[in-house]
Amino acid sequence: METTNESASATSSETTPKFRPKRGVPEGLWRRCPGCRQTIFRKEAERQLGVCPECDYHWYVSARDRISQLLDEGTFEERFTELRPIDPLGFADRKAYAERLKEEQARTGLIDAAITGTGMIRARRVAFGVTDSAFIMGSMGSVVGEKLARLIELATEQQLPLIIVSGSGGGARMHEGILSLMQMAKVSAALARYHEAKGLFISVLTNPTMGGVAASFASLGDIILAEPKALIGFAGPRVIKAAMRIELPKGFQTSEFLLEHGFIDRVVRRRDLKSEIARLIDYCGM
Amino acid sequence: MSIADSRLQFERPIADFDERIARLEAGAEGSPEAREQVRALRRQRNELVRQVYENLEPWETVQVARHPERPKTSDYIDLVFDDFVELHGDRFFGDDRAIRTGFAKLDEQRVMVVGHEKGNDYKQRIACNYGSAHPEGYRKAMAKMRLAAKYGVPIICLIDTPGAFPGIGAEERGQATVIAENMFEMSRLATPIVCIVIGEGGSGGALGIGVGDRVAMLEHSYYSVISPEGCAGILWKSGAYAEQAAKALRFTSKDLPDFGVVDDVIAEPLGGAHRDHHQMAASMHQYLVRAFRTLLRQPIDELLEARYEKFRQMGKYLERLEEEETATTAGQ
Repeated sequence: METTNESASATSSETTPKFRPKRGVPEGLWRRCPGCRQTIFRKEAERQLGVCPECDYHWYVSARDRISQLLDEGTFEERFTELRPIDPLGFADRKAYAERLKEEQARTGLIDAAITGTGMIRARRVAFGVTDSAFIMGSMGSVVGEKLARLIELATEQQLPLIIVSGSGGGARMHEGILSLMQMAKVSAALARYHEAKGLFISVLTNPTMGGVAASFASLGDIILAEPKALIGFAGPRVIKAAMRIELPKGFQTSEFLLEHGFIDRVVRRRDLKSEIARLIDYCGM
Repeated sequence: MSIADSRLQFERPIADFDERIARLEAGAEGSPEAREQVRALRRQRNELVRQVYENLEPWETVQVARHPERPKTSDYIDLVFDDFVELHGDRFFGDDRAIRTGFAKLDEQRVMVVGHEKGNDYKQRIACNYGSAHPEGYRKAMAKMRLAAKYGVPIICLIDTPGAFPGIGAEERGQATVIAENMFEMSRLATPIVCIVIGEGGSGGALGIGVGDRVAMLEHSYYSVISPEGCAGILWKSGAYAEQAAKALRFTSKDLPDFGVVDDVIAEPLGGAHRDHHQMAASMHQYLVRAFRTLLRQPIDELLEARYEKFRQMGKYLERLEEEETATTAGQ
């Protein structure tokens, strides 16, 4: 199993370029909180699961860290690691996609943006998936879509509760063109079958969850939880700003905004996530 | 038509030809030589149109797909179907003019038509946000598709949108949620569904009415994960690279069947659908009749199984078998 030395760095949408830490580069003892701009002792933040002890800002955590935070120690069995991304379009922008993939893999220690498998949450066996916003903005291409579809089918066959933690600012991955868009339909169709089999899907939204990921599996949870102040929405704030030529209201597209408008069930702080999920699984009797 | 056509750079030589023909015709006054000359010029002109349209660059295809005189959902409602009964209510918030829904007849077959509407004049275009639907539009579409399924009426979705509307109200009313829910529900809806991209297949906004048993596209339409301008803005850091992005995204009817995303390409009249609405409508009519002849005969279980498998197979990746250390291409 591969490990990542990804440090708790914020996603680019939350930091000004001035303070933007280099993702994937090990940092020192201190780091600046993107929420309150205070310099925070890193060990202390790590004790708090990557939450700023001063302002409660929920920092980025890697997919691997997320697994160790939410699943019982040593219970995670990774599945579908045989799936590798390719460059089906021969896509190149300012950089060739094939090249970009290699760099992202080297930088993050991930093969693609999602990790999937099974594990225990407080002794309840679950199918578990997580997307990592450090890998091409956590965007969904063919591998992320296929991993999630297989995970959902596994959960359907074995009648397991399904937990997917989304951290995907990139939505559907442009570099794989229409094939990325179709992953939205593929994963949604798999969830429809899981739903018919009376499965329980708890979708956990973290910062950021946008575009084609928000507009597919992330919004299809039987229960939808979100970490505080995560950026969640369909169109990116810059796109809306440019299209509408107006200033966006404060708190627009945050977890709290979605809660207020009725699209998520609970805003849950990171340290409470595990116990909340366990409790909800029990209520649904799975 | 020539005024609109001249907006497209690659149509200029065709417009020049048309002018020459018109001048000659006006001066011909029945002389046999002049008439023969006109006929010869027409043949040359048609050959030129054929060549231009067979060799459109992806960015030029986008221009054709967005052509203001290209037939819209409302035109197909008039030309392909009979007895259209429009149904408006989303039962939730409001009537979104960017999506039209209603019962209609395809010959004798009852159908439900769902389509993005871009509008044919300025007033209509404003009223329907140039085909960019709000959540209420997607809710309306789903409500009417559900209604159709209840009575065993097959569904036709006509896709023509630059994308789902990006705005404050759209986010407040759950743009992401409605698109996700539509795909979720359409994948299991117990009635045949045929989707046709008639112009712009803009991302999630297209897919929100895009899950079906057959997915077809008109020859000069495009279907993409993101608009070329949007892609250029993000990856090239400037919308000015839209032409390059259009090429890189490989979203025209020349590429999409190979990706296993589009089942059929419906040929357009010579020089694009905007030149001959009636012929385009006739081709669509023929395609739909043929598609439903097969689909309506299929038992619903088989149909749903095939629909699931169709989307399940989409995607390209490598599958490395750890023990054998070999690589094979899986998926479509």
